Amino acid sequence: MRKAPSLLSRRSFIGNTGKLTLSATAVALLAGESRLLNAGRAEAATSDDIAILNSALGAEQEAIAAYQVGAESGLLSGDALNLAVQFQGHHKEHADLLATTVGQLGGNAVEPMAKYEFPVDQLKNQNDVLRFAAGLEKGAVSAYLGAVPLFENRDLAKAAASILGDEAMHWAVLRYALGENPVPGAFVE
Amino acid sequence: MQKKIVFLAAFLTAGITGDAGAEGDAVRGEKVYNRCIACHSLERNRTGPKHCSIIGRKAGSVEGFTRYTDAMKQADIVWTKEVLSEFLAAPRKMVPGTQMFLKVPKLEDREDLIAYFEKASADPEICPQN
Ligand code: HEC
Repeated sequence: MRKAPSLLSRRSFIGNTGKLTLSATAVALLAGESRLLNAGRAEAATSDDIAILNSALGAEQEAIAAYQVGAESGLLSGDALNLAVQFQGHHKEHADLLATTVGQLGGNAVEPMAKYEFPVDQLKNQNDVLRFAAGLEKGAVSAYLGAVPLFENRDLAKAAASILGDEAMHWAVLRYALGENPVPGAFVE
Repeated sequence: MQKKIVFLAAFLTAGITGDAGAEGDAVRGEKVYNRCIACHSLERNRTGPKHCSIIGRKAGSVEGFTRYTDAMKQADIVWTKEVLSEFLAAPRKMVPGTQMFLKVPKLEDREDLIAYFEKASADPEICPQN
């Protein structure tokens, strides 16, 4: 494995992890949501949006659980462990935002599953864990990319795009930590 | 105008796929499947149901998957290759209200995915229960 880039060992970069406060953008997005409800758009559109949000929420909850497994595996140390904890914190923020928004739209947010099965027998060293995480992040990017054009409510599309950007950064940093080309193409799919 | 477009589309499709029963490429299909792995895996139920042995199975019928929407459970659909391809082109058109929203717009990608499902389902290393 290539030495983790110096950027990653800077305290300032890793430092501000884990806080579960909603950002100003998130709050603004939620405010946008209430306006949508007041405007009373078509029921069907809203329930479709709720279904997409809930599906994305399920994926976020699973990512949180996966990073927990990674962090507790004993296979991660130093910068890699710090990254896992920081990225898990982002996924928690995404999940909180999605769950709150589903509630605001009058839906029932899905609960995390009681038990997640991960291919732990295939995780034998730090790189295995990072590769597993990178795969989930890439998959999440694809999922949000698919969701963006489907939202009836443009504020939700914007929020999904914002999350997509964050998860694409996770993917790139994980690839870099693995010694792979962090940004293998000009487009994500 | 409309007619012309339909004709052109039919012409182009015929030209690209050659024959209607074109077989997908399972190796490419595995790459396409990377778009699904935030929620699915072949052999395990996750946020979405597992995909081993999907071809020929009834929609919404994976045992132990507790998160199906009523829409999916009540959809009277069997996942033949043709139906699955049509579903993946626009899931919420075939099953309104489903949480499965991700489209696979390109026909070739769908065929490759389906070839991957078939190949993996026949492989006891990947899909052991079959
Ligand atoms: C954001 C999460 C998510 C992503 C990404 C996703 N799915 Fe799904 N999928 C689901 C959920 C949740 C369901 C259950 C839907 C329901 O019950 O309405 C599902 C259901 C399905 C079903 C029906 C299965 C059955 O047992 O009847 C198929 C087929 C399917 N997905 C294929 C795919 C494919 C192929 C991809 C990638 C191109 C994909 N999905 C990506 C969440 C996802």
